[in-house]
Amino acid sequence: MIRFSKYIWLYILLSSLVLVPGVYSLIRWGLRPSIDFTGGTFMEVRLEKPVAKDGIQSLGQKNAVDLIEINQTGKSDYSFRMKTTSESAVDAFEKDLKKEGGEKIDVLRKDAVGPVIGKELLGKAFIASLLVMCAILLYVAYAFKNITFGVSAVVALLHDMLIMFASFSLLGHFVGVEVDTLFVTAFLTTMSFSVHDTIVIFDRIREYRKKDTRTLLSNTSDVALTETMGRSLVNSFTIMFMLLSLALMGGTTVRWFAVALLIGTITGTYSSPFVATPILLLLDKWKRKK
Amino acid sequence: MAKNPRKLFILLLILTLFALIVDLPEKFVLSVPWQGKTIQQKINPPSLDIQVGSLKIQKTFTTHLGLDLAGGTHIALEADMKDIPAGSRMDALESAKQVIERRVNFFGVSEPVVQSVKSADSYRVTIELPGVTDVEQALSLIGQTAKLEFREFTEKEKESTAAAFLFPTLENTKPAGLTGKDLKKASLSFSSQTGEPEVAISFSENGAKIFADVTKRLVGKPLAIFLDDMPLTWPRVNTEIIDGSAVITGSFKFDEAKRLALQLNAGALPVPVSVVEKRIVGATLGADSVSKSVRAGLIGLGIVALFMVLKYGWLGLYADFALFVYGLLTLALYRIIPITLTLPGIAGFILSIGMAVDSNILIFERFKEELRKGKPWQIAMELGFGKAWDSIRDANFTTIITSLILFNPGNWDFLPSSGLVRGFAATLFLGVVISLFTGIIVTRTFIRVLYKGPKGGGA
Repeated sequence: MIRFSKYIWLYILLSSLVLVPGVYSLIRWGLRPSIDFTGGTFMEVRLEKPVAKDGIQSLGQKNAVDLIEINQTGKSDYSFRMKTTSESAVDAFEKDLKKEGGEKIDVLRKDAVGPVIGKELLGKAFIASLLVMCAILLYVAYAFKNITFGVSAVVALLHDMLIMFASFSLLGHFVGVEVDTLFVTAFLTTMSFSVHDTIVIFDRIREYRKKDTRTLLSNTSDVALTETMGRSLVNSFTIMFMLLSLALMGGTTVRWFAVALLIGTITGTYSSPFVATPILLLLDKWKRKK
Repeated sequence: MAKNPRKLFILLLILTLFALIVDLPEKFVLSVPWQGKTIQQKINPPSLDIQVGSLKIQKTFTTHLGLDLAGGTHIALEADMKDIPAGSRMDALESAKQVIERRVNFFGVSEPVVQSVKSADSYRVTIELPGVTDVEQALSLIGQTAKLEFREFTEKEKESTAAAFLFPTLENTKPAGLTGKDLKKASLSFSSQTGEPEVAISFSENGAKIFADVTKRLVGKPLAIFLDDMPLTWPRVNTEIIDGSAVITGSFKFDEAKRLALQLNAGALPVPVSVVEKRIVGATLGADSVSKSVRAGLIGLGIVALFMVLKYGWLGLYADFALFVYGLLTLALYRIIPITLTLPGIAGFILSIGMAVDSNILIFERFKEELRKGKPWQIAMELGFGKAWDSIRDANFTTIITSLILFNPGNWDFLPSSGLVRGFAATLFLGVVISLFTGIIVTRTFIRVLYKGPKGGGA
């Protein structure tokens, strides 16, 4: 048996390693929202002759137009997705394109996409998350006949959510990774996974508590953690294999989605023994003192 | 069921075979060399085309891929606002969007995205139809303006005593001469007598005249209101109405009355729309990206399967087999229901694979523990299943709760109703339910029927 409960300071340290810089980054720089949330401009043009994508990219840079996506839709047709940039910048970009791509430029489409849909989704996902947390709190409290179990599971869940936001804030600032609607889904997935893992450990503790109510909870939880550690790792590895291969070999759009899920899986696995269980012990101690 | 694992085993094999047939690849050409010649057979998933009386069942079992995976049609409609006063243009656009949304839903496209876009002086509605390549058909359905029409039962039906209970259709009714053009406004109001929600409608000057005529003629009889040729409501006319305003009562709930008013307004504000752009959207991911991701997913799955065999030996192999059945069943259900597969949906799928494997890992770890305590393997196995059940149940139950909240079956306003989150929730829910079935029943049956016990006592 490993005395997991002796090393709570280590877990706090480990979590802080990500959380302190992450939360700092979150406060200082926030997240990098994608066009899904900020809205943006979509433009489709027909030029007289084709222009290399690199050339278009540099034209965008020159005019401070933030091009997110360049698609060649026809022989010399292009579509661009850009962040909402000033009208004049887009116009200048258009003029430069005209110079590069022959005498005539035909704007097939030029739309400003409102950010309403993304904001709506965000608001609703937030409410849904709150509801999920309440439901988990109640169910775990009911299944384990003890509210502290529910509270601990939800605290671990909050920890995982914060880790996800924190790491994507860091990724956003240093690598330029954007938070899009896919991130919202990855986030929701993590919620499910985190609790799933916590319950497996709590189930062990419950089992031993039924047999023996006199042993200290910290001893019981040490036994439970030792016994479930193998399964937790094996299970997370299986999911990580899937996600790692997606992150490394999948297409570009899937990549950051897979990374988000990967971070969620890792923190979800980590938080069950090292956040949920210590919190459970602390709550138990606190209750005893009262 | 537990008494005869062999029977269950055969049933499971049949089920797997059934799923396998539904999962047959699409437009796949199989070439078999046979006595020097090559036999080419085109393979397609089966399709149902059954006609029982007037009931027609038509179904093809193909995988529905979302716009983000397979591309689809993107349509932009421009609303002609020249007849609409500047102040109510946004409302008109919103109404038009809602009508189009309803029509798109009627069209049976899953996860359509209908957005209203206002840029400078143009009012547009963009529609994304995943996987739809028949643009013309979609356009003919969407392009019409909302058609609100008042209809009365035909003479024959009117005389029948059952007229009051009759469900109005286009066949048993005829136009009463009043359409959406004659309606000025519909709004939600509350009855001064009962306080119940009702829908107040008012007609234009000309409409009021026709309405007076119609109501005079139809006192005591139902007047049906059709929106896009579908009966919306058919209230009974109580008295002749001459001032051009009326209320539609009925035991409406607040939301129903609100929706009806909105629908009537949508019909009452027929903004002519014209197609300004239509285009087949290449997948955002790109076909290349999709195939890469599928390959990556398969490699990941292969590693998981290998890992299970290395860790648990024969047991791992049975678990892999259960996983295989899981994959087949899930894909078959995606095709049968059908569920449109999007990137978030794939996330739900991956997560549920993890949970399916997890059930087995939990059981096997318990099994090993019982073996270590010196129990014979048959008993250890049954105990393993029994003991792991509590944690499997609780863990999966919370996931089911989560997926139900995200799926928002009640269509509540404050919860997500976007195709994105829903697609994820649907695959997660299905995945968890199927994984419970395969992880426990399938694995257990396989082990009961095939497993000969660990060699030399250790697993």
